[in-house]
Amino acid sequence: MAPVLLKVNGHVHAVDADPETPLLYVLNDELQLRGPKFGCGVAQCGACTVIIGGRAVRSCVMPVSAVKEEEITTLEGLGTPENPHAIQQAFVDEGAAQCGFCLSGVILTAKTLLDENPRASDEQIRESMSNVLCRCFTHTRMMRAIKRYQGRRA
Amino acid sequence: MKKEISRRGFIKASGALVVYFSATSLIGPFAIAQGPFDTHPSHVDPEKLDSWLAVASDGAVTAYTGKCDFGQGMYTVQTQLVAEELCVSFNSVKLIQCDTSITPDEGTTSGSQSTPTNFNTRNLAQAAATAREALVGMATRRLGVPANQLAIENGVVIAKSGRRVSYGELVGGKRFDIKVDSSAKRRSPSDWKVLGKSIPSTDRVALMTGTFEFVHNVQVPGMVHGRVVRPPEIGATVANVDEKSVQHIPGLIKVVVRKNFVGVVAEKQWQAAQAAKNLKVDWRPSPGLPAQKDFYDYMRQQPSRDLMLVNSKNVDDKLKSATQVLKATYSHPYQAHGSIGSSCAVADVQADHAIVWSPTQSVYPTQHGVSTLTGLPLDSVRVIFVRGSGCYGLNAADTVSYDAALLSQAVHKPVRVQLTRHDEFISENYGSACVIEQQAGINASGVIDVWDCETWAASLGGRPGYDRPGNVITGMLAGFDSETITPRTAIEPSGELRNGNNAVPSYVTGCINGKCGGAGSIRSERVLTHAVKSPFFTGPLRSPLRLQNTFAHECFMDEISAHVKADPVSYRLRHLRESRMIDVVKGAAKTASWETRPSPKSDTPRTGAVIGRGIACVAYEGDNGYAALVAEVEVDQASGKVQAQRFVVAHDCGPISNPEGLRNQIEGGILQGMSRALLEEITWDDRKVTSIDWHSYHTLPLGIQVPPIDIALLDRPAVKATGAGETAITLVAAAIGNAIFDATGARVREVPFTPDRVKAALLARG
Repeated sequence: MAPVLLKVNGHVHAVDADPETPLLYVLNDELQLRGPKFGCGVAQCGACTVIIGGRAVRSCVMPVSAVKEEEITTLEGLGTPENPHAIQQAFVDEGAAQCGFCLSGVILTAKTLLDENPRASDEQIRESMSNVLCRCFTHTRMMRAIKRYQGRRA
Repeated sequence: MKKEISRRGFIKASGALVVYFSATSLIGPFAIAQGPFDTHPSHVDPEKLDSWLAVASDGAVTAYTGKCDFGQGMYTVQTQLVAEELCVSFNSVKLIQCDTSITPDEGTTSGSQSTPTNFNTRNLAQAAATAREALVGMATRRLGVPANQLAIENGVVIAKSGRRVSYGELVGGKRFDIKVDSSAKRRSPSDWKVLGKSIPSTDRVALMTGTFEFVHNVQVPGMVHGRVVRPPEIGATVANVDEKSVQHIPGLIKVVVRKNFVGVVAEKQWQAAQAAKNLKVDWRPSPGLPAQKDFYDYMRQQPSRDLMLVNSKNVDDKLKSATQVLKATYSHPYQAHGSIGSSCAVADVQADHAIVWSPTQSVYPTQHGVSTLTGLPLDSVRVIFVRGSGCYGLNAADTVSYDAALLSQAVHKPVRVQLTRHDEFISENYGSACVIEQQAGINASGVIDVWDCETWAASLGGRPGYDRPGNVITGMLAGFDSETITPRTAIEPSGELRNGNNAVPSYVTGCINGKCGGAGSIRSERVLTHAVKSPFFTGPLRSPLRLQNTFAHECFMDEISAHVKADPVSYRLRHLRESRMIDVVKGAAKTASWETRPSPKSDTPRTGAVIGRGIACVAYEGDNGYAALVAEVEVDQASGKVQAQRFVVAHDCGPISNPEGLRNQIEGGILQGMSRALLEEITWDDRKVTSIDWHSYHTLPLGIQVPPIDIALLDRPAVKATGAGETAITLVAAAIGNAIFDATGARVREVPFTPDRVKAALLARG
């Protein structure tokens, strides 16, 4: 089995994995990344979201071999605790979490939308979040944080 | 050689008592040889102050708690509590939570009991107050100044003369060697400097930047991966496991079968997932399931374990003599905890000891369960809490801990088990299905004279506690009995009113032998509850039974007030006598600018979109928090779709430890309650559960139009602290149901209020 080369958060890793292995398992188990998480395992909740080629991708169903040469960004790749990305800071400022398990889906999905369409309407933001789940129902603060980031970005 | 070290040794070895560590770094200090502070290692003595607190020579404080944080904010507020009582800064306190080797046994973190347990006159709060008084005593002797001439600032005791001595100088690195003093004086909320402030939760930055360690991230050396193969139907048993069916899968370590428990272990997670998917298991079918469409009738026909909670013994006569009698039946489905992250645990079970990294709410009971399942002595099992996904009660955290222990024991290696969402949806301990029958008699002046309530709740298993591993699926599959219903007729109530499940409506007096513990004024009262055997596992789900019962009480109250053409707020107030209930009802009505008039709204069109408002209130568990909620909804009468437009809540949980944290809990509770009221329902066919993923079990996603939530916090510094995490959610189904009625005149008596059910109710208006 030839090692799979992955570019994650600016680093290249050679990983020994079955090509069918979901990207999520490689990120968690081989690269010890904590951002993307196993939520439902069937691409219905968003907890495993990463950014690949500017798109929010559900890594729990994406075979690692399908990533090819593309750069992968995880939640911890956006910013650091010392220097969080502006959208992470907006979530910190709004206290937009309870258990926080869903945050990769929430933050990365919102970020990719607003990167592509900084003036997205509330309707468009809601549309983009329509398949993202938070079971603590921190919706109020999360939507406020997304709007705060959008405002800062503009 | 395994390094064995007691907590005392651990503290000595670390030099300072401020120890921050990731979960896995705890492998070394494994306390089995000698208990911490000379106590039994599984029974950190809660009487001893040193079990709760330690002060390092630099003044840093380490506190130990048996109540853990799942995202509800307990870590932050308990840190505030210790800082407040000790008069030190928030940042100088580090909290160690829920580890059977080093924290006191505080049972289970559940039932909105963490605040009452740790913030009133016991445990953590009392320990910190004891420590402060002890330190002042030491300073008195050191400085030769009486205590009343000493002040404390940030862990430094200061005399009027300016002489000072720090906590670190007084006790740093040494034990207090005293007992927790139940008479140690708590700091008054009027003096609070740290409590009562909206200190941001300590995990915030780590969560947002993806660096927080969840149990899903725990990795220990030599760890391999396990998955389980659950029976497709509850009650199915193993006929044959064809191990050959997975022999081709690379990395496979073992197929594990123990009675009806089946799992696989492989080197990598993907290999384990493939093995679990491909393993051929022949299951002997279960006897089948009662039909879902008739289930609420079925429940009422089952043998039951009965409890009479209150009985004035004149209910039948009063109903006969009442001017009018109203009746209604309400039903509430099984609902799932449905944690966003499917449950996960890591266990390392060796020949002579076991360590389990678990998201459980109950490390000590889980320690007992793992001991029973593995046959290891209790003292050789250590359970360390590591946060999982939000659980909202008994999700699969305990069962996956058992899964990991069984699989690890079978392969003699540390095993990480990741359940799938499907595993969890088909076999978790659901929130109970309930049927509630109400009847009330009204007198000539339109006042309720008599209230009669009978409830049925389906039950199987539940929290495993210390001795019932079979109360969750893994234990049952491995051959342990589940707690089930032993039918028994009710005996007459005695002692005090126990309303922990809110089966008793707020409007009755709750009198037992002349002692009246209810919140209301209706004197003729009878509440009879029936527990019946459930075909599915059940267990506590945020506001267990309290939500179901309150839905029925508060909708029925609304039906009665509509019948007598009274305003729902005024009519409630007329039947309430508990002042804290009256205050929240008035508070919510005022904040919502409640329009005083009967429901339904007059002149409402029978077609198109209409709006309405509804109210509900509760004394949570009888006395553990008070809230009233106003819901404003729009109902599309063509589609039957209900859209909440606004919520207003008035909330009283005694002295407020962290207002922003409280608001976050209330907001989440209300929206979770809305999801449960509008969408959530476990479904099944004649053999198996059919709500198996997020397409078949529905939840409100982020992309909804989020209704604004106005919160009025009633701060009551002078009373005891109550729970706050479950009060608001208890009210949502009732408030929405009442608002639907106000808007349309149609009453929906079954949760969830799906468009089909709303449309059926609209048709039934005639």
